[in-house]
Amino acid sequence: MGLTAEQIAANFAEVVPAMTEAEARAEANRCLYCYDAPCTRACPTHIDVPAFIKKIATGNLRGSARVILEANVMGGSCARACPVEELCEGACVEAMHEKRPIQIARLQRHATDWALARKELPFRAGADIGRSVGVVGAGPAGLSCAAEARRLGFRVTVYEARELLGGLNTTAIADYKLTAATALAEAELVKGLGAEFRLGCAVGREVTWDELLQKHDAVFVGVGLGGTRRLGVPGENLKGVMDALTFIEELKLKPKRDVWVGRRVCVVGAGNTAIDAVTQAKRLGADVSFIAYRRGEAEKPCYDFEYDLAKKDACLFYWHLAPVRIEGDGRVERAVFKGADGREVAFETDMVIVAIGQAPRSDLLGSAPGVKRDEKGRVVVDAVTKQTSNPRIFAGGDCVNGGKEVVNAVADGKAAARGIEKMGIGTEKPRRHESTEVSRSGKNG
Amino acid sequence: MADLRIDIAGVKSPNPFWLASAPPTNTGDQVARAFDTGWGGAVWKTLGEPIVNVYSRYGAVDLNGVKMMGLNNIELITDRTLDVNLREIRDVKRRYPKHALIVSLMVESKREAWHDIVKRVEDTGCDGLELNFGCPHGMSERGMGSAVGQVPEYACQITGWVKEVARTPVFVKLTPNVSDIVFPGRAAKKGGADAISLINTINSVMGVDLDTLAPNPSVGGKSSHGGYCGPAVKPIALHMVSAIAKDPEIQLPISGIGGISTWRDAAEFMLLGATTVQVCTAVMHHGFRIVEDMIDGLSNWLDDKGFARAQDIVGRSLPRVVKWEELNLNYQHVATIDRAKCIECDLCYIACWDGAHQAIRLDTTSGMRRPVVIDEACVGCNLCKLVCPVEGCISMSPRETGAPGVTWKDYTKGAKLAPRAHHDNH
Repeated sequence: MGLTAEQIAANFAEVVPAMTEAEARAEANRCLYCYDAPCTRACPTHIDVPAFIKKIATGNLRGSARVILEANVMGGSCARACPVEELCEGACVEAMHEKRPIQIARLQRHATDWALARKELPFRAGADIGRSVGVVGAGPAGLSCAAEARRLGFRVTVYEARELLGGLNTTAIADYKLTAATALAEAELVKGLGAEFRLGCAVGREVTWDELLQKHDAVFVGVGLGGTRRLGVPGENLKGVMDALTFIEELKLKPKRDVWVGRRVCVVGAGNTAIDAVTQAKRLGADVSFIAYRRGEAEKPCYDFEYDLAKKDACLFYWHLAPVRIEGDGRVERAVFKGADGREVAFETDMVIVAIGQAPRSDLLGSAPGVKRDEKGRVVVDAVTKQTSNPRIFAGGDCVNGGKEVVNAVADGKAAARGIEKMGIGTEKPRRHESTEVSRSGKNG
Repeated sequence: MADLRIDIAGVKSPNPFWLASAPPTNTGDQVARAFDTGWGGAVWKTLGEPIVNVYSRYGAVDLNGVKMMGLNNIELITDRTLDVNLREIRDVKRRYPKHALIVSLMVESKREAWHDIVKRVEDTGCDGLELNFGCPHGMSERGMGSAVGQVPEYACQITGWVKEVARTPVFVKLTPNVSDIVFPGRAAKKGGADAISLINTINSVMGVDLDTLAPNPSVGGKSSHGGYCGPAVKPIALHMVSAIAKDPEIQLPISGIGGISTWRDAAEFMLLGATTVQVCTAVMHHGFRIVEDMIDGLSNWLDDKGFARAQDIVGRSLPRVVKWEELNLNYQHVATIDRAKCIECDLCYIACWDGAHQAIRLDTTSGMRRPVVIDEACVGCNLCKLVCPVEGCISMSPRETGAPGVTWKDYTKGAKLAPRAHHDNH
């Protein structure tokens, strides 16, 4: 037991390395520069992929970073955290032609690293239009909304309950994909556009909805989801039972060696967060790290490439096991599940990590004046403008879609800023949302 | 196995692949190594009065990551002494009696100077001479190289002087930096040339360094126009070779030069009238070893096509190079897109829409975006096929017009055209 610091560092090193200039140029030259390209259409933020790639090929990195970051201010983290196999790279025509899609994510990282290294965004805020937006939450949705609103000339104040920028980007994505340092550096870039940040300022604690609506013409809500859902079985309060987000956040923010991990780790759930937990437990030094999931392999909510990653880390998977109880004398000793045949199965374990999805932030959202939510607690918004049933409140990201990718949250934040502009909020004739289409969430682990 | 041996103006060579007069033929050691690697012949780096070269001799154009699509040089003729060159030529020829060894010459425009060098060079036992009337930089400022090739009278006169004393075949190497290559070609013929080599390099400025603002190749921040060669110049060379080959007055064997890198390039030059081909840039890029696939590939292709001898393909495609006015105006073909192969990059669509004749539309009915040819609007220009990245996806299918062939000449005399695509019809 106990890996050396070097072993742990190697285990958490980036899986996908940065490109050299030569690599990037060569790869950029492979791009066909498709007309109305499928990769761009597949990106929720519609980054003009062929345009930014062509600019890498011509040595115009400033222009390339601008194309990416204007469309997606979190382009650096998306380059690392996006499930590109399902999005741009999955849509690349070269996947069909040469059987090798263009490495769009790595190229995007190459260009956005240029901006990160210079600590500035390659575009400026718009001329002041004398209206203001209050952004609640400094995660990907909020930061994106803040950046876009500044570009449109709004004055922006971001209210973040924690002392940390970036939301789940900073605290919940495995280090081997995206480090907290990168996520924080990227979030800092938004400050450069002149948005004001109020950290440690929670709605309902330091500030009220009424105060926000009084101070700002429009309010954007990008508060994400709440804590991990509870299993609801006996023994859940034993020592050694932990929720996945807490475990992952400790890994992100503390020195890795200070984070406790069990020797036999049982992760309940099979979404992408469960994968992050099971692989990171193994990489941190667990002897055995396994997933128990109530449905079958075909129903697992995680992406296939995440599943493959965990299998390569020698993590184990047990299907069709529903949690019944957790046993132990003060500490976890066994996790008991019920199989499809109704018989109970017990696993020796000293750490149970619960990863069955996050609950909506019902208290906070419930107090938002005039904001309707659906039966699952998700904020209901107009699909285009992201306007809620309160015309001056807009929303996006996980609190609307129930839990999707960083890139979806970024797309929502940008759309909301444009929606606030388009609906004339803060002008003499503000409009209510009119389109009948309503956002619906997708697959959620 | 096809017979690759070649006879050009009485010079025999084990194969048609020669090194052009250039840096790769600067020394006896290089030429010997080239022959050992498989090259059939070599034209020695141009001999003449001593010169001095500048530092920075070459510049290149890369294309989308591919290096040296075009190369230029501001290098002059040999900077080694005549005695050393002659000794090495004699030595190489003695060691490689069956290979073709031609010596390139350039001296001032005096009859005695030419007589003198021809005699001294032929004493080495070389197989022939090549008169460098082509070099477009440096030497031309001193009345040599392309300064001769650009004035048919000079070219004719100097060729005549050389022929007065030469005992071996005389090749005249032409500059492409003229308005019509046929006139210097005819001058060479009139002067008594036994063969023509072309093309020499094309006048060029390679580019400007965007950091220093100095043109390149930079000689301490300044540059001068130089001779351009490499894959980029091949189509220009093919045109000039075929123009010389088709001219009824010239009728001389041709040694083709200009962007030849592979056996395919070589075969094309030969089909358009070259008996041998000369290579420089590809060797400067990859070394002598490239000749291995040139020999192998040409041999396999000749076998596949049923040609027994390389010499048999010389000029085979020349009858098909005609004046525009002799083309059949009633021949029609239209683009056909193979849906099964289409990857929906839609480059054909935007190329046709923005860049050509608006004859491809996007079919979005199935939720996909498939390019579809509008047959009646397609003028058969080929652009879609040229931009398509997928081999065999877009082909040009002949469209039966049922009409007899009509040339421009016929048309201007009243012959009828078959119905054809027209922009204004849709």
